[in-house]
Amino acid sequence: MTFSTEKNGDKLRIRLHGEVDHHNAAEVRVRIDRILDTEQPAVFYFNLSGVTFCDSSGLGLVMGRMRKCAQLDAVLIVESPSEAVIKILNIAGMDKLIRIERSNGNGKAS
Amino acid sequence: MAKRADPIKNSMKCVFPAKSINESFARMAVSAFVSQLDPPVSVLAELKTAVSEAVTNCIVHAYRHEPDKGSCLIYISAAYTVGGNLKIAVKDKGAGIADIALARTPLYTTDAEGERSGMGFTVMESFVDRVRVRSAPMKGTTVILEKRLDVK
Repeated sequence: MTFSTEKNGDKLRIRLHGEVDHHNAAEVRVRIDRILDTEQPAVFYFNLSGVTFCDSSGLGLVMGRMRKCAQLDAVLIVESPSEAVIKILNIAGMDKLIRIERSNGNGKAS
Repeated sequence: MAKRADPIKNSMKCVFPAKSINESFARMAVSAFVSQLDPPVSVLAELKTAVSEAVTNCIVHAYRHEPDKGSCLIYISAAYTVGGNLKIAVKDKGAGIADIALARTPLYTTDAEGERSGMGFTVMESFVDRVRVRSAPMKGTTVILEKRLDVK
């Protein structure tokens, strides 16, 4: 799993690529939090359009970033999850707790 | 002897060390096997997710206190019948689950520090028709996932 970062003023977008499971979630979590701590964004777009597999470890990753953003007083927007990822998020009722935008998220951090 | 109504058409077994890098191997192996039934992509994705949950539980919980994960083994066996009934068993010889009903409760986790969501069993239950758990403390756990697939 890899990710790319895009910044526009106080808006930050991180795009995840590849498979999110227990094996790789821990490392990515630490790296994302380091970026969030440094950048202190007002809005954090967590783009999941490139996620090809996700289990409950990915759910833990999103729930954890939700807590992290609450600490930093940032707005978390989960962007472009696939149908499979949406299913996992819905099982945990995350669709009621976070903003999910189902657009393609191809634009710049706006 | 009574004739079996829905005989087994094919089966497989695999054994591997409880290392997290094998989580993707396990779901790919099961996926390759189940692909023989040519299920829809979404069904295959759900089965991969359910297997990933069961295997991750073995690594994160069953063998949690084992210093040498390489000597801890996870056993997967899978079979499907002529009628398309698929059964996948994920077994470990680890710590066991003291309270299975509690472990299956949504959002319950013994590892909040590791940012576990506590949704593993709930995800399995959502993605297959039936989840059975057999466990004995200090002996191990077997999770059996069952799903009916359409056969063409």
